[in-house]
Amino acid sequence: MQLALWTYEGPPHIGAMRVATAMDGVHYVLHAPQGDTYADLLFTMIERRAKRPPVTYTTFQARDLGGDTANLFRESVLDAYERFRPQAMLVGASCTAELIQDDPGGLAKTLGLPIPVVPLELPAYQRKENWGASETFYQLVRACAGPHVPKPGTVRAKGATPRCNILGPTALGFRHRDDVPEVERLLAALGIETHVIAPMGATPADLATLGEADFNVVLYPEVAGQAAAWLRRSFGQPCTTVVPIGVGATRDFVQEVAKLAGVPATTAEGALRLPWYSRSVDSTYLTGKRVFIFGDATHAIAAARVAQEEMGFNVVGLGSYSREFGREIRAAAALHGVEPLITDDYLEVEAQIASLQPELVLGTQMERHVAKRLGIPCTVISAPVHVQDFPARHSPQMGIEGANVLFDTWVHPLMMGLEEHLLGMFREDFEFNDGVQPSHLGHGSKKDLGAPSQSGREAAPAAQPMPVPAAETPHSAAGALSLSWGHDAEKELKKIPFFVRGKARRNTERFAQERGIGTITIETLYDAKAHFSR
Amino acid sequence: MSAAAALPQIGCADAPVLRERGQREVFCGLTGIVWLHRKIQDAFFLVVGSRTCAHLLQSAAGVMIFAEPRFATAIIDERDLAGLADCNAELDRVVTRLLERRPDIRMLFLVGSCPSEVIKLDLSRAAQRLSQRFLPQVRVLNYSGSGIETTFTQGEDACLASLVPEMPAEPGAARSLLVVGALAEVVEDQFLRIFAALGVGPVRFLPSRRAAELPAVGPGTRFLLAQPFLGDTARALEARGATRIAAPFPLGVEGTTAWLTAAAEVWGTPPARIAEATSSAATRASAAVGRIRERLAGKSIFFFPDSQLEVPLARFLSRELGMRLTEVGTPYLHRQHLAEELALLPEGTMLSEGQHVDRQLDRCRALRPDITVCGLGLANPLEAEGLTTKWSIELVFTPIQGYDQAADLAELFARPLLRRAKLAV
Repeated sequence: MQLALWTYEGPPHIGAMRVATAMDGVHYVLHAPQGDTYADLLFTMIERRAKRPPVTYTTFQARDLGGDTANLFRESVLDAYERFRPQAMLVGASCTAELIQDDPGGLAKTLGLPIPVVPLELPAYQRKENWGASETFYQLVRACAGPHVPKPGTVRAKGATPRCNILGPTALGFRHRDDVPEVERLLAALGIETHVIAPMGATPADLATLGEADFNVVLYPEVAGQAAAWLRRSFGQPCTTVVPIGVGATRDFVQEVAKLAGVPATTAEGALRLPWYSRSVDSTYLTGKRVFIFGDATHAIAAARVAQEEMGFNVVGLGSYSREFGREIRAAAALHGVEPLITDDYLEVEAQIASLQPELVLGTQMERHVAKRLGIPCTVISAPVHVQDFPARHSPQMGIEGANVLFDTWVHPLMMGLEEHLLGMFREDFEFNDGVQPSHLGHGSKKDLGAPSQSGREAAPAAQPMPVPAAETPHSAAGALSLSWGHDAEKELKKIPFFVRGKARRNTERFAQERGIGTITIETLYDAKAHFSR
Repeated sequence: MSAAAALPQIGCADAPVLRERGQREVFCGLTGIVWLHRKIQDAFFLVVGSRTCAHLLQSAAGVMIFAEPRFATAIIDERDLAGLADCNAELDRVVTRLLERRPDIRMLFLVGSCPSEVIKLDLSRAAQRLSQRFLPQVRVLNYSGSGIETTFTQGEDACLASLVPEMPAEPGAARSLLVVGALAEVVEDQFLRIFAALGVGPVRFLPSRRAAELPAVGPGTRFLLAQPFLGDTARALEARGATRIAAPFPLGVEGTTAWLTAAAEVWGTPPARIAEATSSAATRASAAVGRIRERLAGKSIFFFPDSQLEVPLARFLSRELGMRLTEVGTPYLHRQHLAEELALLPEGTMLSEGQHVDRQLDRCRALRPDITVCGLGLANPLEAEGLTTKWSIELVFTPIQGYDQAADLAELFARPLLRRAKLAV
């Protein structure tokens, strides 16, 4: 059993739904108990789709368990076929139905429907959402394109213009909608035609023609890596390995694609603003900001490169919940000289952030909870996300405009330069002080306005819903057993700007412990500062 | 269905009900945690289930950013499925870790789910075992919020029913009133003031705001249900000697007056005093509701099943706002608790219990009601088809009971129509 306050991924059948919902002409019959239809809301509310997902649930109840749930499933398949007349059908079980073992695939086969029926084996107690999406897409691609695989040894004929498929975008994907046109723009500039985009917007008939393209662009390896590998084996189509998130990665991507297509590499960078914004003197104060990064492997690795090379931050932690991509994460972490954190345990991520005390967290919706608790600025770079991260405006992460979006969204939660300087100099201002949020974020806490923050507590901007255990982290609490802070030193500590104060406290305590100092004085504080000066 | 329209009768007390089976587009009882964790402030809800359960909860509540969430899931994995004894040890480990992290928790609910029910994990024994270990600091209880057994608000019923055996016994046969069902704090306070004016008391609430302050119960206890979905809780209270006061539910002016009056009559409050205690609030509320009536009268409304609030809401909307009821769907029809409500429904109202969502959608599209009350899985798709919807879950999250909320309740239904009329794009 795993204690999960939050989970980074849903169960694997959610991944299958993301593929089915992204496509047209596919229907998914899911053997699942009453209540599992909550998943429809992910699409109708979080992604704000105007249609019901193409999913029929058997919604069995306790009283059905004594009876014939297999028959219930059969009837649901027949009903769904009659009503929706899809080109292809997916059948599978959710976690509870997996326990009652009705074998949806076998049952559906006996019905003899005149369309391809793809049985999905998604082990809900071992695997998760992205794996489910990947497996579903792979099985669909095999079922649809499989009959068109050429005989071994066939040499593929090259067309006049190079053509590629774009693989990976799904329903409920973080910015998938806007990434696709950005990538199409990059490809169009190279004179490359887009053949099929899948699963987003594709039909089973489209999947059947995937083999007609020259190569595949894999935008989201978590979803499309497996299908692309099969297409390479079956149709001899090479695929891209670089994900164009960030300026450097976009340039590398263009090089890679140009090579695959056999055309000269060109990019129109006229609208690219990140490099200049990042070089302009206003951004100098961003140098060396300590940043912790967590998300799916693709977005986390890309973010680390952008943070280090394009924003001038220091990456102090890098991790991912995508266990399937452990190798890639470890390689990227080694590149940045940090310990990789590969876990789907929210509490472990929380502990890591608490101990690293970064100045900015780039993470998922879940890291926003941690960041709120610890009072650290935070930006979302990866799924899982909530409704506010399916915006109406164009907001890609990929390509030229994607880089511009990254600059704005990452810098936004940080204290602006002037405010940061003035806070460092004058600590007792009644309006601008540690206890309140950066003023460009609007709402400072009303209570603090008018009364100088004498407590000087670690910044915790929003109202707490209930008594929270002391702001001390488990680590500092453990360290405090044999250590105490002298009154003067404690006061002096509060003169350190709040966003680095946690780090200063931690360093000073470590410094004192290593030297067997029992009570920390102002001297110890400055000794430690000199020792660790960054 | 047509038979229902043909039967001449007053109200719908004996009206035939369309019972359907098929895909049910409803929440499971785990969803109750989303509001219960706000209501009982020092309780924690630990779902024992699968990743699906965890995903449901965070999709429903995760848009709020929590410094300290008050619910979590113990996710069953393969190793747990291998053998049950192991499962219990695992659960103990998870609970211990949780309680170490959150020393402020006073009550822990182990919430059963479909997977834990199907593998027959005995959570009630686990709760007893853990209670023994953690009392007096933490009391551990259990209930089931599984989809196979509970629909949406029935999760609250199961939770409250699990609290009933924990309630202290009322010494003697002293008479007290227990108001059952999670209410907004402002509504509780309003009712307290009116009950005081009616001479009804002492008044207590279940659930209480804090786990340690559970109200006492005994043969002298009379209870009023504030919500229509509390069948099991009512039975558990009756098993402890309490007596239910039959009444319609306190939605709208009429419902609130009848609900308050039912209690006052048990206390023997003279009619004049009842009128005195309620008339000014009732008059004020009627005037406020009347202003919204202009916007809703004559409009047709269709209810998809969701929370069991459908019948009382339909009664309020038809009688106080002049709306025309088409179909009133409910996930479960508790005939006895709804007897007073059914008697007030206009005769010939089409009632349906259970669901075949595709067929119900067909009926809804054919009727093209002015407002469709439905869950969030259907709301946006129906809006895109040109139907105006009111998403039903909001009715569980909003203060809607009592006099001073009657107009707010009406407003919830008027707003989508107003918005549709307002938008020029």
